Amino acid sequence: MLRESPPVIARSPLGRGRLGFRGRIDSIQATGSGSGLAPDELERRLIELGFVEGASVEILHEGIIGRDPIAVRVDSATVAIRRREAMAILVV
Amino acid sequence: MTDCCSDTPTIEAGAATTTVGLGSCQCALVGTPNSGKTALFNALTGSRQKVANYPGVTVERKAGVVHTPAGLCIRIVDLPGTYSLRARSPDEEITRDVVLGKLASETPPDFLVCVADSTNLRLALRLVLELRRVGRPMMLVLNMYDIARRRGLDIDAHKLSELLGVPVVTAVSVRKGGIDAVLSELDKLAPKGGGSASSWHSPSATDLRADQHKADEILRAAVRTPGRPDTLTARLDSVLLHPAAGLAILFVILFVMFQAVFTWAKPLMDLISNGFGWLGASTHAALPAGLLQSFIENGVIGGVGSVVVFLPQILILFLFILLLEDLGYMARAAFLMDKIMGGAGLHGRAFIPLLSSFACAIPGIMSTRVIDNKRDRLTTILVAPLMTCSARIPVYTLIVAAFIPNTNVWGVFSLQGLVMFGLYGAGILSALGVSTAAKYVFWRDEPSPPFMLELPDYKLPRLKSVGLGLVTRAKAFLYRAGTTIFAMMMLVWFLASFPRPPMGASGPAINYSLAAMIGRLIHPLLAPIGFNWQISVALIPGMAAREVAVAALGTVYSISGGSDAAGAIGSRLAGQWSIATALAFLAWYVFAPQCASTLAVIRRETGSSKWMWVTFGYMLALAYIAAFATYHIAVALGAG
Repeated sequence: MLRESPPVIARSPLGRGRLGFRGRIDSIQATGSGSGLAPDELERRLIELGFVEGASVEILHEGIIGRDPIAVRVDSATVAIRRREAMAILVV
Repeated sequence: MTDCCSDTPTIEAGAATTTVGLGSCQCALVGTPNSGKTALFNALTGSRQKVANYPGVTVERKAGVVHTPAGLCIRIVDLPGTYSLRARSPDEEITRDVVLGKLASETPPDFLVCVADSTNLRLALRLVLELRRVGRPMMLVLNMYDIARRRGLDIDAHKLSELLGVPVVTAVSVRKGGIDAVLSELDKLAPKGGGSASSWHSPSATDLRADQHKADEILRAAVRTPGRPDTLTARLDSVLLHPAAGLAILFVILFVMFQAVFTWAKPLMDLISNGFGWLGASTHAALPAGLLQSFIENGVIGGVGSVVVFLPQILILFLFILLLEDLGYMARAAFLMDKIMGGAGLHGRAFIPLLSSFACAIPGIMSTRVIDNKRDRLTTILVAPLMTCSARIPVYTLIVAAFIPNTNVWGVFSLQGLVMFGLYGAGILSALGVSTAAKYVFWRDEPSPPFMLELPDYKLPRLKSVGLGLVTRAKAFLYRAGTTIFAMMMLVWFLASFPRPPMGASGPAINYSLAAMIGRLIHPLLAPIGFNWQISVALIPGMAAREVAVAALGTVYSISGGSDAAGAIGSRLAGQWSIATALAFLAWYVFAPQCASTLAVIRRETGSSKWMWVTFGYMLALAYIAAFATYHIAVALGAG
């Protein structure tokens, strides 16, 4: 019998996620996200809102213009965030 | 009230903890936003609370006194909500400095009470781990415990206490008896005193990450979750955050709010205005004609009345804001509006202050404190006075009723109504334009700040806490606006009353005053926009508050009866002004910084006169350009 090969896991930014996306946070990569905040500050703010490695995320809602901002379920809380900042959150 | 129970902070350098053991001590309430911290504070202190400002900053200091069953008297300060002591805004700086005992005006707390929403412990537990490093004795209050139980969360408080190393109690701060456990724990914690040296330092991303992982570990060990989020919130959000339906509902809510502010407030405002009118008339009759009569009637009673009359509108507006905030809807409104407002360089949260500015720019500017980013806050403050506040309404209605024919357009719309709508629209559009311009003028080199915000679960608002909030706002408004406007009214009364008219003068007294001199002085500047010297004179007292211009026009045209005689003033103006002048006057009032109190509040809230002058300058420029264009276009169209 052929063993199923493990699926290739590609990390993608949460900022590109579609409505209804479910996944886990792989890492935070705050450099070059295009946010107005300095990378270190953006990283700290994201962590303070619960975006840490291993947390489960789900995109619950989107805004009307450009599907932005998004409402994300992070473990037990819901957080509103713009897609630009969500680009720093890499999910699998 | 005994000596120990005074809640005024006393500064005793190096003797901060000596109060422990004397039956009284100091406690600080800390927690993440939406943790129900204020509800707990209200439950603990009831009406025994005071709201003031921290010296030198515009952050509210809420303090109160609680008496424990063992007879202790504990002074509690309710600190602004925060996720970390890192302090990203003036509010959070206060929290940090009070917790660390570094704020000079505040007695360092003997112990901390950290408040957490039982249904959402994750971020709160990370804050607890950070707070523990401060070294002060601390307890954790699991608030809204009833809701957590109902949702099937199984919280092992003993285990949690053991793992966190702090006492943990459960509470239902909105129910009677729901805070008994908190009170008895306060009795155990308060007399201990002591604590250890602070090892707190501003956490790096690595520190925060390590703490959150530890908090998640503790959460897994002490709390069993049913694995499904609050279904009611999820179901409500599927409608209220729906891109199309959500926005439609938001606009319906706004419409109802608007109607309420303008129509429900009307009878109360009339009552207040008539009351002050009667008081003024009685004084007028009781005192001999002269300076004292004028001072009491126009200066004191008129000045106080002009502030108090806005109270019903402010209260209705804040009733809506408090209800929507307690419900958890305000964060959703910011979510829905973020991109729409973001196009004009405004933050989603700017939506609340700008909405408030339709009643009055003063509470609007005061409520910009919810915006933590300095740039966003300044932009919002800058454009808030362009929103059509209720003080413009008397001016608009006077001119519209006198000059715009009461005809129907296309059979359904009243022309007068359309003009009013246009004036509101002009205010909104210019606010968007100015904030867009500010993005390029002031913040060229700064990229736009982020929008990140927790969307709390919906909760039924508690009438008691809303009522308490309303009383607090009413007091703050009367005090803050009252002192400034009153002082301005005094100045304006002085300008309009001195020097006294010479013996045997025939015209109205104001024509001989300083106000008239200034008005005539600036008249050549205003002539190009179609203003006659009477308007120029009326603009000076109109600086006190926009609607004062109506009464001032009445005075200049020597019509007695002040603003009550709006009909008489209107018909007089219709006979004396051209339509072009009237339209230019309306255009002027859309933009002109004709409100000294708003300027004073901007100065206070931004902490510098720079932004006050920027606001004054750009509004004046816009007003002049708009009135100039309106006048000349109207004249060219034959309305001169």
